[in-house]
Amino acid sequence: MGGLKPWTALEPGGVVVRDDAVQPVTGGWRTGLRPEADLSLCVDCLLCWLYCPDSAVKLDGAAFAGFDLDHCKGCELCAAVCPTGSIRMVRDGD
Amino acid sequence: MATDLARARLLTGGEAMVEAMRQIDPDVVPVYPITPQTPIIQGYAKAIADGRAHGEMINVESEHSAMSAAIAAAAAGARTMTATSSQGLALMAEVVYIAASMRAPVVMALGNRALSGPINIHCDHSDSMLIRDSGAIQLFAESAQEAYDLTVLAPRLAEHPDVLLPVIVCVDGFTITHSAEPVELVADEQVRAFVGEYRIPHPLLDIANPTTQGPFAMPDYYYELRRQQAAAIEGSLAWFEEIAAELQELTGRRCGAVETYRLDGAKRALVCLGSTAGTAKDVVDELRDAGEEVGLLRICSYRPFPADEIRTALADVDDAIVLDRADSPGGGPPLAVEVGYAAGPVRSHVYGLGGRDLHPADLRDVFAGTAGHYVGLRSEPCPA
Repeated sequence: MGGLKPWTALEPGGVVVRDDAVQPVTGGWRTGLRPEADLSLCVDCLLCWLYCPDSAVKLDGAAFAGFDLDHCKGCELCAAVCPTGSIRMVRDGD
Repeated sequence: MATDLARARLLTGGEAMVEAMRQIDPDVVPVYPITPQTPIIQGYAKAIADGRAHGEMINVESEHSAMSAAIAAAAAGARTMTATSSQGLALMAEVVYIAASMRAPVVMALGNRALSGPINIHCDHSDSMLIRDSGAIQLFAESAQEAYDLTVLAPRLAEHPDVLLPVIVCVDGFTITHSAEPVELVADEQVRAFVGEYRIPHPLLDIANPTTQGPFAMPDYYYELRRQQAAAIEGSLAWFEEIAAELQELTGRRCGAVETYRLDGAKRALVCLGSTAGTAKDVVDELRDAGEEVGLLRICSYRPFPADEIRTALADVDDAIVLDRADSPGGGPPLAVEVGYAAGPVRSHVYGLGGRDLHPADLRDVFAGTAGHYVGLRSEPCPA
């Protein structure tokens, strides 16, 4: 069990702080498609943020601020709910 | 130094604890009523209604919920207190363990009452013994005055960064909760300054620093976290003494993990918890006046158990007599077993189950060796 901490090095009650938590980059599972937004069409309605099952839509205050591709799985929900056609799916790597 | 009668008020133990709660003014108080804890939460509810206390009192649907809500509030960053008794503590027991393991510094008043069955409302310590191994601190008051003093002390002990554990102030049901005695209070502002601001290392509502609290622990970490918990409660004994010394500067009275009473030169000594020490002190005085070498050791801090202090206090005693107000059917009474483990062979007596009175004459018989194992029980055979 190498790498495990002794009890003296644990937070009280085993509280897990951010630096101690494993933070897997689940965007590696993406289907091959990723969302891309045309900001000239975006009206900051934030429906994409509301629907995203992976909290992979980034905000700047109440404004759309792009996608967190480290966690986006390419499910296409954001593109499906976008009322202005701002979001479309493109091939990963393009 | 004892209570200064010129400055004291006549209060029941329950009322004295309400005064301490009002002065501490916790943020959240989730409670469910049960005899004999009821006057504590009734009195606190009245203090809120009268604008003399400002906590959020949550009328939860059970004691299980009371402690669950208390843990959440304490983890969120709110100073939290609650109170229970007997069956309420039995229902809460599962969550008391969680509170200790999550290191939630909840302060709780416990009006000690017999566990069912048969159902009963009067005092014994079987409820405290039920959660003996929960990891929560248990301090037993002897009087209404000490119930007040320990309640004022409790948040400081619970919230100490090296402790972070629930602290339960145990008061004998009815004998302390409902009986009026002279109680000297500290000024409101002194109590506020003494307890200070509530601070914990990782408040859940610190959203800039998100944490996972109460995580699942598999065989690779469960053992480590239990060891950490054991170290915290063992280490709390020294902090209890230090905080009690600080409180003494305000009150002139000293709470201690143990209290020795006329133990110097004693060959025979009683060992007990709680209000029974009052009766025992009278009997010790009476026998000392008659030239007998007797004394008393009262244990205030039952958890953590002050084994070293007990061993030292009983070092020159030939006949240590442990009085348990709880039984362990099929086994040894809990206090006798533990004092024996700390300090060598003891004589064991059980007394007072379900509120059975313990009279001075019973204790004279105990000292004389003419009482049966179960003191005060009808037709109990006495030792030959």
